[in-house]
Amino acid sequence: MSNKKKKGLTLQFMPFSEIAGLDSIGRIKKLLQVVLDNKVVVLQGRLKLREETRLIEDTMIMIGNIKGFKGVELAVITPNSGEQSFGRKFGNNLAKLLTGQENALTIIGPASIVKEMKRDPSKLEVMMR
Amino acid sequence: MVFKILTNFTKRIFGLLFKNKREIRLGFYGPPNAGKTSLANRICKDWTGEEIGKVSKMAHETREVQFKEEVEIKYKERSLKFKLVDTPGIATKIDYEDFMKYKMKKKQAQKRAKEATQGVIEAIQWLDDMDAVVVVVDATENPYSQVNITIVGNLVARNIPVLVVANKVDLKKADIKKVESAFPDYEVVGISAKYGKNMDEFYESVFRLANKT
Repeated sequence: MSNKKKKGLTLQFMPFSEIAGLDSIGRIKKLLQVVLDNKVVVLQGRLKLREETRLIEDTMIMIGNIKGFKGVELAVITPNSGEQSFGRKFGNNLAKLLTGQENALTIIGPASIVKEMKRDPSKLEVMMR
Repeated sequence: MVFKILTNFTKRIFGLLFKNKREIRLGFYGPPNAGKTSLANRICKDWTGEEIGKVSKMAHETREVQFKEEVEIKYKERSLKFKLVDTPGIATKIDYEDFMKYKMKKKQAQKRAKEATQGVIEAIQWLDDMDAVVVVVDATENPYSQVNITIVGNLVARNIPVLVVANKVDLKKADIKKVESAFPDYEVVGISAKYGKNMDEFYESVFRLANKT
């Protein structure tokens, strides 16, 4: 019997309730912790707009400080992704975007594992390395 | 005499107070290699004769926010003064090994990657200081990227007027219709910053954008 360890991909589902009670820093820290464990996190919901930019900023800081970390691939899918464009989404649902929304899915994966996330716009393709 | 001195003094004080208001801070945002610096260079060359920064095929050539003040753009007998703010491309990942594909040595590539990460942070921090923003996207690439969504969303949340530029329309793969359908509530102008194609339409749109500030 072979002792060779099988390589696989771990998707970690995270209900929004797991981060709901945390402040912005805590939320980002929790999500990036999963990514640092080389897992793809699937968050039920999405971060606030300012948290999304903060996530990018924190990711950039980590690239310089954590060996082997190259950043993340990130995508957010909303229930009407296929019909909605950036405009209508931002115009009509700005309040939801500012406060975060639970009826969306946020997928964040380490760039060392996930090569690309392609939205087009009704489907999401996740390309692995 | 005293009245004249007082009038000049008041004019200077008001001039200083409203100096920045007259100059519209126009930011160039977008993903890496979309052509932000090429566009800023084209504008600067058209109106000042000088360039704002270096361009390269290699991503993250712009790693620091660079700006050009007092750029006076004229369109149909109207004139507006801008401070052009060219920002580093916003990305969620930066791999120094990508730079090594351009025959860059490891240490040099790592240094470039480090500077690029700092550039992304700086670009995000400048968002609050803009009066209006031109979001530059590569018309040959998929416009539905999370970086584009995050940038536009943050601008809308800050009430900053947005103009979308679909750059590289000179290339066969360019699909301006796709960019338009991704941003139906925003004015989209297709240009080629490299060859100066459609710049008149761009300047017309910039004046419309400036009116919203």
